Amino acid sequence: MIFTDTINLAYTAIKTQPVRVLLIILAMSIGIASVTVLTALGESARLYIVNEFEALGTHLVIVLPGRSETTGGHPPLFGETPRDLTLADAEALYRSHNIAAIAPITIGAAPVSTKGLERETTIIGSTSALRQVRHLSLAQGRFLPQTNKALSICVIGQTIKDELFAHQQVLGQWLRISDRRFRVIGVLASEGQSIGVDFDDMVIIPVAAAQTLFNTHSLFRILVEAKSKQGMYKAVDEIREIIKARHEGEDDVTLITQDSVVNAFDDILTALTLTVTSIASISLAVAGILVMNVMWVSVTQRTAEIGLLKALGATKRQILWLFLTEAVMLSVAGALVGLFLGKMTLFVLQTIYPDFPVFLPTWAVFAALFVALLTALIFGVLPARKAASMDPVIALNKK
Amino acid sequence: MIQLENIHRYFQVGEQRIHALNNINLTIKKGEYLSIMGPSGSGKSTLLNVIALLDQPSSGRYRLNNQDVTQLNDEQLAKARRENIGFVFQFFHLIPRYSAAENIEIPLILAGIAAKERKQRVTDALLAVNLQDRAAHRPDQLSGGQTQRVAIARAMIMRPQILLADEPTGNLDSQSGREVIELLENLNQQQVTLVTITHDESLGRRAQRRIRLIDGQIKD
Ligand SMILES: Nc1ncnc2c1ncn2[C@@H]1O[C@H](COP(=O)(O)OP(=O)(O)OP(=O)(O)O)[C@@H](O)[C@H]1O
Ligand SMILES: [Mg+2]
Repeated sequence: MIFTDTINLAYTAIKTQPVRVLLIILAMSIGIASVTVLTALGESARLYIVNEFEALGTHLVIVLPGRSETTGGHPPLFGETPRDLTLADAEALYRSHNIAAIAPITIGAAPVSTKGLERETTIIGSTSALRQVRHLSLAQGRFLPQTNKALSICVIGQTIKDELFAHQQVLGQWLRISDRRFRVIGVLASEGQSIGVDFDDMVIIPVAAAQTLFNTHSLFRILVEAKSKQGMYKAVDEIREIIKARHEGEDDVTLITQDSVVNAFDDILTALTLTVTSIASISLAVAGILVMNVMWVSVTQRTAEIGLLKALGATKRQILWLFLTEAVMLSVAGALVGLFLGKMTLFVLQTIYPDFPVFLPTWAVFAALFVALLTALIFGVLPARKAASMDPVIALNKK
Repeated sequence: MIQLENIHRYFQVGEQRIHALNNINLTIKKGEYLSIMGPSGSGKSTLLNVIALLDQPSSGRYRLNNQDVTQLNDEQLAKARRENIGFVFQFFHLIPRYSAAENIEIPLILAGIAAKERKQRVTDALLAVNLQDRAAHRPDQLSGGQTQRVAIARAMIMRPQILLADEPTGNLDSQSGREVIELLENLNQQQVTLVTITHDESLGRRAQRRIRLIDGQIKD
C-alpha cells in the first residue's frame, strides 16, 4: 500500500467521527500546551539567571572569611575563630599574576541624609576596582579614585539620587552618612533588576572610610577578577596559599568561583524544569489513554469494515498501520494545536511581563511533537493490533 | 484450479463441537459455473469461506492453482486472496463513507497500485457494470441492485480468475436479482470461474454444475 493512500484512508475514516476527533485533539493539545509552556518558562528562567550571573563577569572569585565546607578532619579547637579578612589580606593578593582586579568589600547599613531628607540604606566600602569587577557604569560624574585613602567622597545609586536629590544638581553636594559628611562625586547608572545586590539603593564610599564609619578592620568579602577563565583556577589556588601564609598556616577562607555558582543554579533550574515538565506530561498520559479509548471504540464499530478489508486482500500489517496512522494523525493534530495554544500563552505572558524574556526552545517543539507521536503509537498499538488480528469471517458477519 | 481433499471444519461452541464441513472432496476447473445449494446451516458459507481463503479448514488439503494453501502465512494468504479471488456478499459490504468509485478502488489501493492506473481501471469497471453515471454516489444513494453491481465491480477489479458469491441475490428483489445473476454469468462466459451459493432452485439450476450440501457433506 502506498504511503499517501494510508494517510488518505486514515484521514477519511477520522473525518466521520468529528466528536471523537475534537476530544482527542482537545486532550492532546492541553497536554502539549502545558508541557511547552512549562518547559519554556523553566528554560527562560534558567537562561535569565545564568545570563545575569555571567553579566557579573565569568571569571569572578569571591573570597569569604571562614571555612564553610567541612574538610573531614578534626573539629577546630575550642575557642578558635576564623581570622577576619583585612585590607592587608586584599592587598597581598596582588602577588598572584592571574588576578586582574581586587575589590575589598565592607558592608553596613546607615542613615543617609541631606537637607532634612533622610533614608536608611546600604553602605558599601570598596575601591575603584569594584567598578571593573561588578561591571558598573555611571550616569554622572566619576567612580572612586585609585587610592586607599579614607577620602570623604561617595558614589550613589539612582534610587538615592531620586529620593534625596530629586531634580537637583547632585555632583558636588554633601551627603551625610551617620555623623560624617561625604561629597557626591558620581551617580551609578540604573541597573534595573539585578541578581544579588541592588546597586540603585546604595552608597559606595572608599573602603577605608567605611571601616572608620563602621569601626571595623574586617572585610565582608573580597571580590577578585581573574585575568582569564583558565587563570581563574590558578588564581583560586594562589589566593588560598597567600591567605594561608598570612593566617599562620590556617586555611580559613571560602572561595567561590562565579562558574560554580552559575553551574549550581543551572543544575537546580534544569532539574526544576524537568520535574515540572514531567508533572505536566501526566496530562499527556491522560490524552494517551483517551487516544486508546477512542481507537478502541473505532475498531469495535468498524469490525465489519476490517473484515471486508481482509477479504479484499489486506494484510495484518496494513490494518495495523491503518489504525496506527489514525491515532498518530489525531495526536499530531492535537500536538500542533497544543503548540499553537502554548505559543499564545507565552505571548500573553510576555506581554504581561515584558522584562522577563520568555522563549520556547526549538528542541522543546520537536520534543512535543515526538512525544505526541510516541503517545499515539504506544496507546494506539493495542486497539490497532486487535483490529489486525481479527478473524475475517467473524468480523464480516458482525453487524 | 481448486482442489479440496478430505476437508473438515469444526467449530467449538462451548461444550459442543459442530462439524460444519465433513470430508469435503471437490475439484473445480477453470471457467466452471458451480452452484452450491442446501438447507440453512448445512455448511455452504463455511465451504465458500474456505475456498476464499478467509477461513482455514481444521484438516484436509486445499490446492489452489496446484499450490498448497493450507500452510501460508498472513502475507501470503492476503496476496493469494487479492490476486486470485473475488468475493460477493449477501449484505454487499460497501464502506458507507466512500463513493461507489472509491469502494471499487480499495483492492487496488491495498495492492499498492499507483493512483493513475487505479483511476482508469475503476472507470472501466464502472462501465462494465453499467454504473458509470453513479461513480460519485455513496452506497446509501444506490439501490440494492446497484449496490451489488458495485460490489461485483470491486470483486473483479483485481481481475481474479475465481469469483465467489454467497447468496448474491439474497437481499434483492427478483428483477435486480436477475440483473446481478446475468452480470455474474456474463463474467463466467469470459472464463471466470464462478461459484455461487443460492437458496433459489431456479437460480441454482442455471449453473452447469450443482452440488448439494447436507450436514456438511456433499450429496449429489
Ligand atoms: N464462527 C462460527 N462459530 C461457531 N459455529 C459456526 C461458525 N460459523 C458457522 N458455524 C456453524 O457451522 C454450521 C454451518 O454454518 P454455515 O454458515 O456454513 O451455514 P450455511 O449453509 O451458510 O447456512 P445459511 O444458509 O443459513 O447461510 C452452522 O451450524 C453454524 O452454526
Ligand atoms: Mg450462509
